[in-house]
Order: sequence, then C-alpha cells, then structure tokens
Amino acid sequence: MNQDVAALLPEVSLAAAAVLGLLAGSWLPRRRQWLVAVLAAAACAVGLAATGIAMARGTEQGVFAEVFAVDTATGAGRLTVLGALLLVIGLSVETVRGHPRESEYWVLLLLTGAGTLALVGANDLLMLFAAYLLSSLPAYALAGFAKDPRGTEAALKYYLLGALLGTAMLAGTALLYGGGRGTLYRELREALPGAPFAVVALGLVGVLAGLLFKAGGVPAHFWVPDVAQGAPAPVAAYVTTLPKVGALVAGYRLLHQALPGSDVDWPLLLAVLAAATMTLGNLAAFFQTDVRRLLAYSAVSQVGYLLMALAVATRSDLAQRGLLFYLAAYAATNLGAFAVVTELPRARTLEGYRGLAGRHPGLAAVLVVCLLGLVGTPPTGVFLGKLEIFSAAVDGGYTWLAVLAVANTVASLFYYLRWLGQVFARTGPAPAGTQAALGRWAAGTAYTAAAVSLALGLAAGAVLPFATGPLLP
Amino acid sequence: MLSVLIFLPLLVCCVLLVLPRGLPDRRCVQVWIATAAVELALVAYLWAAFDPGGGIQAEERVRWIPGAGVGYHVGVDGLSLPLVALTCLVFLAAAVYSLRETRRVRAYVCLFLFLQTVSVGLFVALDLILFFVFFDLSIVGMFFVIAGWGHGERARAAALTFFLYTFVGSLALLLGFIGLFLAATPHTFDIVDLTRENPLAGRGTYAGLVLLAIGVGLAVKTPTVPFHTWLPPAHSEAPAAGSAVLAGILLKMGAYGFVRIAMPLLPGSWRRYALVVVVVGAVSVVYGALVALAQTDLKRMVAYTSVNHMGYIVLAVGAAGTLAGSDAQARSLAVTGAVVQMVSHGLITGALFLLTGVLYARGRTYAIDAYAGVAAHAPRFAALTFAAAFASLGIPGFSGFIAEFQIFTGSLGQQTVATAVALTGILLTAALFLRALRSMLLGAPRLPEAASAGGFADLARHEAWSAGPLMAVALAIGVAPRWLLDVVEPAGRAVVGLVAR
Repeated sequence: MNQDVAALLPEVSLAAAAVLGLLAGSWLPRRRQWLVAVLAAAACAVGLAATGIAMARGTEQGVFAEVFAVDTATGAGRLTVLGALLLVIGLSVETVRGHPRESEYWVLLLLTGAGTLALVGANDLLMLFAAYLLSSLPAYALAGFAKDPRGTEAALKYYLLGALLGTAMLAGTALLYGGGRGTLYRELREALPGAPFAVVALGLVGVLAGLLFKAGGVPAHFWVPDVAQGAPAPVAAYVTTLPKVGALVAGYRLLHQALPGSDVDWPLLLAVLAAATMTLGNLAAFFQTDVRRLLAYSAVSQVGYLLMALAVATRSDLAQRGLLFYLAAYAATNLGAFAVVTELPRARTLEGYRGLAGRHPGLAAVLVVCLLGLVGTPPTGVFLGKLEIFSAAVDGGYTWLAVLAVANTVASLFYYLRWLGQVFARTGPAPAGTQAALGRWAAGTAYTAAAVSLALGLAAGAVLPFATGPLLP
Repeated sequence: MLSVLIFLPLLVCCVLLVLPRGLPDRRCVQVWIATAAVELALVAYLWAAFDPGGGIQAEERVRWIPGAGVGYHVGVDGLSLPLVALTCLVFLAAAVYSLRETRRVRAYVCLFLFLQTVSVGLFVALDLILFFVFFDLSIVGMFFVIAGWGHGERARAAALTFFLYTFVGSLALLLGFIGLFLAATPHTFDIVDLTRENPLAGRGTYAGLVLLAIGVGLAVKTPTVPFHTWLPPAHSEAPAAGSAVLAGILLKMGAYGFVRIAMPLLPGSWRRYALVVVVVGAVSVVYGALVALAQTDLKRMVAYTSVNHMGYIVLAVGAAGTLAGSDAQARSLAVTGAVVQMVSHGLITGALFLLTGVLYARGRTYAIDAYAGVAAHAPRFAALTFAAAFASLGIPGFSGFIAEFQIFTGSLGQQTVATAVALTGILLTAALFLRALRSMLLGAPRLPEAASAGGFADLARHEAWSAGPLMAVALAIGVAPRWLLDVVEPAGRAVVGLVAR
C-alpha cells in the first residue's frame, strides 16, 4: 500500500500550519498575531511549490489505499485552491488585523482550506465525506466570526443546511456502499452497474445533495446570499469561491470514475440541475441592491455553468479541461470582485458605488475586468472557460443546455451592467465616506486578482495543459 | 507588420494611461491624431505592397491556445484590406473632429485608441476566437463611449440596450463558432483551415443551425430588420465621433462577417438559405428607408438610412449564394459591390454623422424642423452636407453609386423581384434626404433658441478637416474606382468560388 505522505504535502502543510498557528496564537501578543497570517501564506506557498514539483514530475498515484488520488485534476485543483487561498489571506489582512481572535481566523481558514484540498483529491466515498466535514465545520465558524446578529444568523443557517445535507450525503454514501460493496470509486465502477437501480439513484442523489450544498447549487443554495451578506466580506469571498472548487472537482471525479457505466441517467439529472441553478441564480440576482447578495446570486448562477461540465463528464473530452480551467478563472475573477467589496466596507449597496470611477479609478478598473469577466467577456479567463464548457456541452449532446447557458449569460449582463453603470455615473456621486478605502492589502489583492483573471485568458495556451490529462483510474 | 498595426493604438492608450495627471487635454488629442496618422501611413504602405492576386498576405500565425484549437492568426486579403484602410481613415477623422473635446479627454482618447485596435484586429483576424474577442471588445468599448460621452441619462439606457442587444448577437455567434469547431477534425477555430476543410459539407440540419446562429449574430451587428432596434437610440445618444465610428466601422463587422465567415465556411447552407438572406436584405432596404422617411430627428434619420444601406449588402451576399439563373461573373460582381458598399457607407455615413455633430454643437438639437436656411449662415457646412447627402442617396460620381450599381447588376439576374423591390429604396432615400436638406439648409433662416444668440458659425477647421477628407475619398472612389476594385475583385471572385463548391 502506498503511504507516501510526501504526495500529500500541500494538504499536510496546511494542516500542520493550522496546528502550529493555533499553538503560536495562544502565546503571541495580540499585535504580533499577524505572524500566523505569514505562517498561513507560507503554508500555501509550500503547497503550491510541492504541487508544481509533483505536476512537473508527472507522478500520478493513489495514496493510502487509493482513497486519495494525485493526478491532473488534483494538481489543477490544488493550484486553484492554494492560489485562491493566498488571495483570500491577502484580502483578509485589514479586516482581521488586531482582532482579539485573529489567529483563530487564520487557523480556521487553513483548516477549511485543507478540507477543500481533500475534496479535490477524494477518490473514495468515505474520504469524500470526511473532506466534506473538514471543509464545512471551520467555515460555519468563519461565517459567524464577527459575532454580530447578522453573522450569527448566517452561520446558523449555513450550519443547519450543512448538517441536514451532510446527513443526506452520509445516507447516500451508505446506500452506494450497500449497492456497490465498496467505497472506493474503482470498486463502485465495477459493482454499481449490477446494483439495484433505486439504490444507486437514491445514493447518488444523497451524495450530490452534499456536494451541491458545498458548491451552492440549486436546490441547496439558500445559504449563499445570507452568508455572503452576513459574514465578514473576506469570508463571503471565501465561501462563494473555494468550496465550489472542491465540491465540483469532487463531483466530477465521482461521476466520471464511479458511475460511468451506471444505468442511472445522471447526465440528465445534472443537466437539469445546471439549468435550474443558472436560471434561478440569475433571476434572483436581477433586482438585488446589496452588492454582496448580488455577487452571491451571481456565484449561484456560475455554479450552473460549471455543472454543465459535470453533466457531460463522460460524454465529452473537453469537460474536464473546461471545468478545471473555468474554476481557476472563476476563482480569480470572483475574488477580485469581492476584494473590491472588502476594500470599500461602507459601500454595501449599488448606490454606494455611484461615481466610484472618479474617486478610485483603479478599483473601478478592477470591477470592469472582474464583472465583465464574470459575464464571460474576452479576453478574461472566464471567457475561455465558458467557451470550453459550452463546447463540451454541445459536444456531449446537450445543445439545449448550451443555448440556455447563452441566454443566461445575456441575462446576467443586465445586473453586472447595473453595477458598472453606478460606478461610472457622473452625476450625484455617493458621499466620500461611503467609499472610504480600507487599506493597501485588500486593494493590492484586487489588482492581483484582476491581473490573474486577465492573464489566465491571455496566457491560456500555457495554462490549459495543466488541466489536460487523464484521471487516475 | 500587421501586429504593429493592430496593437500600436493599444500601446499608445496604455502609455497615455500611465502619464501624469497634468497632461493637457489638447496634447492627448494630438497624440491620438499622430497615432491615427501613423496607422494610416502603415495601411498605405500595406496597400502599396499588396498583390491583388496573391490571396492572404502579411500573414502572421502564432500558437496561442493550441489546446483549445485557438491561434493568433492574422492576415489581409482583398476583403479585409479596404476595411482596414477605412478603419484607419475614419478613426483619423474622428480624432481630428475631437480636437475641441473638453469632457474627460484622456479617457475619451484612450477608449477610441482601444476601439481602433479592436476594429483593425477584427478585420485582419483569421481565427474565429480572435474574431470573437475583437467583436465582443468592440461592444464593450462602444458601450463606454455612449454611456460616458452621450447626451445625459438617456444615453445610459441607450448604451445598455446596445450592449444587451449586440451581446446576444455575439453569443449566438459564439454558439455557431462552437458548432464549426466541433465539426472539424482536428478541432480548430482557424478560418483558413476551416475554409479549406469545409467541415459542415452535407451536414443538413446541423449546418443549417450553425448558419442560423452565425447569421443571427452577424445580423444583429449589421444590423438588419428585425434586429435593428438597438441602432437608432445608440446613434442618437452617442457623441458625434462615436456615431461616426459606430456607423462607419462597427456596423461593417457584421457585414464583413458574412463574406469572411458565413459564406466561405458554410457554403452549402448558404446556398440553401440564400433566399432567406435576400428577403431579409430587401426588407431591410425598404423598411429602413420608410422608417427614415418618418423621422423628425436628423440623427435618427441617418441611423435608419444605415439600416437601408446595410440592407443592400445583405441583398448582395444573398444573391451571391443563388446559383440558379446567374453566372459566376454576376455573383462576383455582387460580392465586390457589397465590399465596396461597406467602404462607401463607412466614408459617407461617417461624414454625415460628423456633420450632424456639428449641427448639434451649434443648435443643441437634432430636430429637423428646428433649423431652416442654414446655408445662408454656413455655406461650407451646407455644401459638405449636400455632398454627403447626395453621395448617400447614390448619385453618380460618389462611391455609393459604384457600390449600388454593382450590387444591383450582380443581383438582378438571379433575384429579380427582390432587387426590383430594393431599387425603390433608392427613391425613398432620395426623397428623404432632399426633404431634410430643403427644410434645413434652404429657405428663410431660422435657428433653434440655443443657437440664435451666437448665430450659426460655419465649419471650424477641425470640423472641415474631419468630414472633408472622408467625402474626398468617397469622391475619388466614385470618379476613379479602379484602384479599389482591383483589390476587391479577385477576393470577390474567390469568395464566389468558395460558395459555389
């Protein structure tokens, strides 16, 4: 049995940094707690370096009795998660600096990050569920980090829904285990075609319920707007971005590896879920006036596009590449938009952004890049991600889904432009106090994220190969 | 060479953005004029070195995203070179016209430089995704021009309509491109490779759907009836230089897409559905002219004549897809006419919109009945407007006549009824221009209140030197068209050959 811990260096470094940070945070004076942030960033950097080396060497392997796969999808997912985690750390600096529980914040962030990484590589149902718990529990605490009424309510909602759908996921796991006589995807792939239809169908729905909750897809999306609005802005940025990466890669792996031969028509199920998610997310975003709720619903609609790749997981060769690339581009773009929201903590409504272009042209430029990027305007990375995913959908025989996605993309333009319209309005700008900037770190993160979002599109030729390669059998 | 031509304005735009705040506004515009002049010189050099019979030239092909079948592939041929030259000329005119602009000049100049990069890039792109990138960015750039420098709050609504409408079109286009991409083996977005391979030959409904997606995408941008409703508000709210670029260049992107993408890449479906294209073209011609006739606002009227003029192009490219009852010569005449019409419309309508801007600058309104006898105050303005209007209605001696004559001659044989219907469009445009000219320029002088205090000043130098050269080139094409036709004709024949295969 392969027990190579070095293959799990990114996960281990995050977990170790969390433990170290917890210990160090208990002794460090409050003004020195920023050291824990440095530790967290260093852990991410170590993880990135380890991932880079592993990908360069092309060492694909299953570790610990194959429950964790280290392959192309894991590598690309790790790069996205760790890179995004660095951005989240960057945009959190001012918000938590000097907070009485600052080190706790970093520790929770590291733990949930480690859980997300575990989701990305999970090659076994039990591993998947453990990763689900590890990534969820710290996130509930983060959502209520400010201990204000709104944050508490958001955390409670997040927790209750997570607990409910986590139970469904566990029940689904049990059913699939019963039907397939195993939890390893490889075993399931062989055994599930012979299992009773109802068992497989119910089991799959249960497991998908948990993953949809993590990703924020319909019908498990109700927590997204409340958490995005109630939690501190950096946490909102986190929960609308990273769990998606983990859940969708995990879902892709599950469907592609464990259920390719099953007679359950899961592609259709996923296609319907994708259609419902993108449409409901967009419709709900239409008339939002709170920027964070707007971004939250936009995040929901983006899950819809991403689910298209899951629907055609086994039907198109373009699906995996499209999914992984889209996730990376989406993470950078969404974090860029949230970094601007973090940088302007008093501007909570669209009206609050009125005339921003005159006062902070740099931030306005970031919003242009990121919001138009979320629409899928070239040459940002999301454009190429959408192109790949739409191509995969057409290739996989779901042209109607691609057409619906196009219609939704147009609809989404409406609310993003409403926001941009306020930013570039020339008359009656919002009071200067509303647009007071928070500090350099959040602004720097915004610029970085926007640059990454653009670079992913322009240099896609260099990036795309990282997302191309077979999954570990 | 071509990359320099594409990216020079963008480079200048970036330099302008990082320069310190103290830079005088006028200096920004001067930099813009200088850049546009250099661009024009580069195109002139390109034209001089161009071999009309040599197919695609000045080609550059670099691997961009090989994994996704996307490459950076640019080149010019007889279809694109005239449009690239038109782009550089219209942008230079817009730059000269904007010499007196006072509102947030640096951002304004940067946006136009960005738009020039996008426009040139689109016309030389030989990769579908590269084409799409520029197509989409042209929408973004023009959105900010209309929203930022248009006439007040209504401009924001018009800009939003413009963005939403054309964005729908661009996404339909993208779906069509994906359809082409998936049909080709190996999967590719390269226009030259796809043209050679003709991947959708004999693919019936699938090919028809791809053509539908691409056709709708291009028709929105062109625009043809019934996808034209975004155009009049966008024009009437945009600043004059923006309108000139929108009508002169951006509309050509749709029409150019027909001859560059739809016809060569989907020849079978193009032939099958040519009648639909012809009908849409003829309806656009007549409907555009009729609605223009009913306008009381000069700028909206000119905007609707654009629908009319672009209709001729659509009619011609449709007729070029009708093999029955025609020979290759007639069809290639129609395609050549379509390309010349693109150039001609860009020059003439660009000038007309700049002149409309002059009118608005004096009287703060576009209402036709607010003005009378302007010729008495401003003889040079009146002369140039007369010339532009007559050129627009297709009087011999200007480029419009050459274009429309070729279109009608090339289409009459195979699409007699539609061409005959479209001919009435000429009568209607003549009527509407003559009516507007008579009531505005001739008669007893009467000016709107905003202008009556200071009178109606004649064309300033920067105004004369922006609209004037456009009309001069239109005149040059009208009198001695060979230098243009020599470039366009071989390419037109090539397109006809590709459609007929």
